[in-house]
Amino acid sequence: MNKSVYDSPKQVEDINRHILTILVDNEPGVLARVVGMFSGRGYNIDSLNVAEVNNKNLSRITIVTHGTKEVIYQIQSQLMRIVPVHSVSNLDKEDSSVEAEVALVNMFINEKNKKDAFQICDLYRARKIENENNTIIFEIAGTSQRIDTFIKDISKITDIEIVRSGPVAISSTQKNEEEE
Amino acid sequence: MEMTDNVTGAEIVLKSLTEQGVEVVFGYPGGAVLPIYDSLFKQNSIRHILVRQEAGAIHAAEGYARSSGKIGVVLVTSGPGATNVVTGLTDSMMDSIPIVCITGQVPQHLIGSDAFQECDTTGITRPCTKHNYLVKDVNTLSSVFHEAFSIAANGRPGPVLIDIPKDVQFAKGSYQSSKETKIDSHRLFEPKIKANDQNIEEATKLIANAKKPIFYIGGGCINSGPKASKLVTKFVEETKAPATMTLMGLGVIGARNKYSLGMLGMHGMYEANMAMHECDVMVNIGARFDDRVTGRLDAFAPNSKKIHIDIDPSNINKTIKIDVPIIGDIESVMNQIFSSWKNNNYKSQKEDLIKWWNKIEEWKKVDCLNYNQGERSIKPQHAIKRLYELTKDKKTFITTEVGQHQMWAAQYYKFEKPNRWLTSGGLGTMGYGFPAAIGAQIANPDSLVIDIAGDASILMNIQEMSTAVQHRLPVKIFILNNEYMGMVRQWQELLHGGRYSESYTDSLPDFVKLAESFKAKGLRAKNVKELDDVILQMISSKETVIADIWVDKEENCFPMIQSGSAHNEMLLNKYQKQDETSAEKGKVLV
Ligand SMILES: Cc1ncc(C[n+]2csc(CCOP(=O)(O)OP(=O)(O)O)c2C)c(N)n1
Repeated sequence: MNKSVYDSPKQVEDINRHILTILVDNEPGVLARVVGMFSGRGYNIDSLNVAEVNNKNLSRITIVTHGTKEVIYQIQSQLMRIVPVHSVSNLDKEDSSVEAEVALVNMFINEKNKKDAFQICDLYRARKIENENNTIIFEIAGTSQRIDTFIKDISKITDIEIVRSGPVAISSTQKNEEEE
Repeated sequence: MEMTDNVTGAEIVLKSLTEQGVEVVFGYPGGAVLPIYDSLFKQNSIRHILVRQEAGAIHAAEGYARSSGKIGVVLVTSGPGATNVVTGLTDSMMDSIPIVCITGQVPQHLIGSDAFQECDTTGITRPCTKHNYLVKDVNTLSSVFHEAFSIAANGRPGPVLIDIPKDVQFAKGSYQSSKETKIDSHRLFEPKIKANDQNIEEATKLIANAKKPIFYIGGGCINSGPKASKLVTKFVEETKAPATMTLMGLGVIGARNKYSLGMLGMHGMYEANMAMHECDVMVNIGARFDDRVTGRLDAFAPNSKKIHIDIDPSNINKTIKIDVPIIGDIESVMNQIFSSWKNNNYKSQKEDLIKWWNKIEEWKKVDCLNYNQGERSIKPQHAIKRLYELTKDKKTFITTEVGQHQMWAAQYYKFEKPNRWLTSGGLGTMGYGFPAAIGAQIANPDSLVIDIAGDASILMNIQEMSTAVQHRLPVKIFILNNEYMGMVRQWQELLHGGRYSESYTDSLPDFVKLAESFKAKGLRAKNVKELDDVILQMISSKETVIADIWVDKEENCFPMIQSGSAHNEMLLNKYQKQDETSAEKGKVLV
């Protein structure tokens, strides 16, 4: 089960990845409250994303975390105790959701590996981004899993430097919460 | 109240407090709150209680809130003023006490510059408040106040802090009344006042069919208001099932009620813990399965179905798996439960209950609170028992510090009503009891208010003697003086081979002279013959009193479920020992 000073009754429960999207009032300190709840209570954040939504007064925080069903329920209800939090949805639960993440990849390409590298980029529909310094930077979007395999494949060919955004997700049946 | 333009931030603070019905503010001035103190000076409706250290202010506000059901208000300066209230904020967060704490802050243009007496107050207090604000615009100040008061009292109560930079206190702006202030409903932790009917039906069915039911009652019943306690008592009587209360829940059902088994948990009653262990249906009303109550989780009420009624969904399934969760305010949930019980024509299982009670009567025969008073030195248990006997007919409020005396108070003082027992349960804050008693006395000027203290704890906020005397508060401090940090000594005896590392309270003051030096009354009882007389003198005095009761120094607090053990593994006296595997595991726990 969950947190306690005592050992919990032995129960083997599956630990799964969950994407929580949290709609909050866009006010100072709100991110600290959310993140502080995770660190203060010993939960993990695998990735974190924050941006304003259409309505300027609201932001959406997307957090990827993992845990047993009970832990995720506990995280959700602890989040709901935070005053500026409007709603918390667990998108994995609804399984009718779409997720995507963006990665920027700086590649150290030479004449030898160029062809193979570009082929893989093509395969994954990674897009080359022109820039002033003429370095070779690709942008790839998709599920985290897809980006993982891309990294695995491309790393076999060339050294890379990579920056990932962490996923955001949307329920495909979502009502427009922002329009309240 | 009309919209008022062109008033200063400081005046808005006072206007807001007045509109919120605040009668008393506990505080301590300093540079960053001088404008507010100036406004305070110019009005008469709000009384300010000057404490001697900010920790005293917030514990006093807690005592005020808990004994009156109102919101406690605190006013302190920036920097050290704010950091001194952090313990009290955490304490009220843990015990769900409604507090609004106002702190001054350096002017906005200095924020972030490490200015004199600057600290990141909202940063420091974020995890120990229900919510906090840094007010940057004087025109939002009144609405922040109205919202803060709603949040503090709404749902599961708790502390809210408002940090106000000094320039905002001087700035002029407009005042908005609470009527004009719109609060978005999501910000109010809007609890389900009314619970899901289906869960209510499931719960009453379980209770009606239970063979060995037990009610496990917590502080949430007290927070829900006196009506909730009455309803809970009525339902317990209707079902004729046994009921046990947590440290925070004492008083919900009168101690002399025949269905009450008294307190459960680490130092709870043998019969209460045994009944919890063996029950088949547990009805948790407003308690949170604290580790002090459950003991070892894998052996906690192993054969029971559990119903949990709580206003805060995060309490459900936090440590214990619940079969029937009911989320809602206890008063309205109890009304729903009653109607369901009646509509279904439910009756308890008479035969089974008779057997169940017979079993409980057997456990009661253990007489777990017995002690041997003897003729000379005072047993601490006896001191509390006599205090109870001699004060039970008065309207008495008991506060405590933290330690053995606290547990003896919980065991031997019998509480008949809610809101009369104020103790730091969740945080276990030494130094809580005396200022809390000051707050309780302010809220209940004609009542008897007694802080049951230990010799170590009382020194943590002893400076508040000056507050009590200044405000002519006849608070009584009843010290069970064992010259030890008794509870620490007890754990060292049980777990650390009797090596009493730093738990002897050397160089104690002469408490009688100490009282006198504050122009209060000092009394002392050295043996059992003097005890009653000292108690009687204490309660008949109109002054602030310290009664220094010399008790047996090495007495231990029993029964006890040591950390790592289960409800049915209680130790009843010092000759019993915890089994080794539990002890090994329990040692790392607090
Ligand atoms: C602020 C704080 N510091 C430390 C503790 C740990 N602690 C718990 S009980 C206790 C001893 C209390 O001694 P005393 O007040 O004399 O009470 P007794 O146990 O002797 O009745 C201590 C140090 C605490 N609860 N609170």
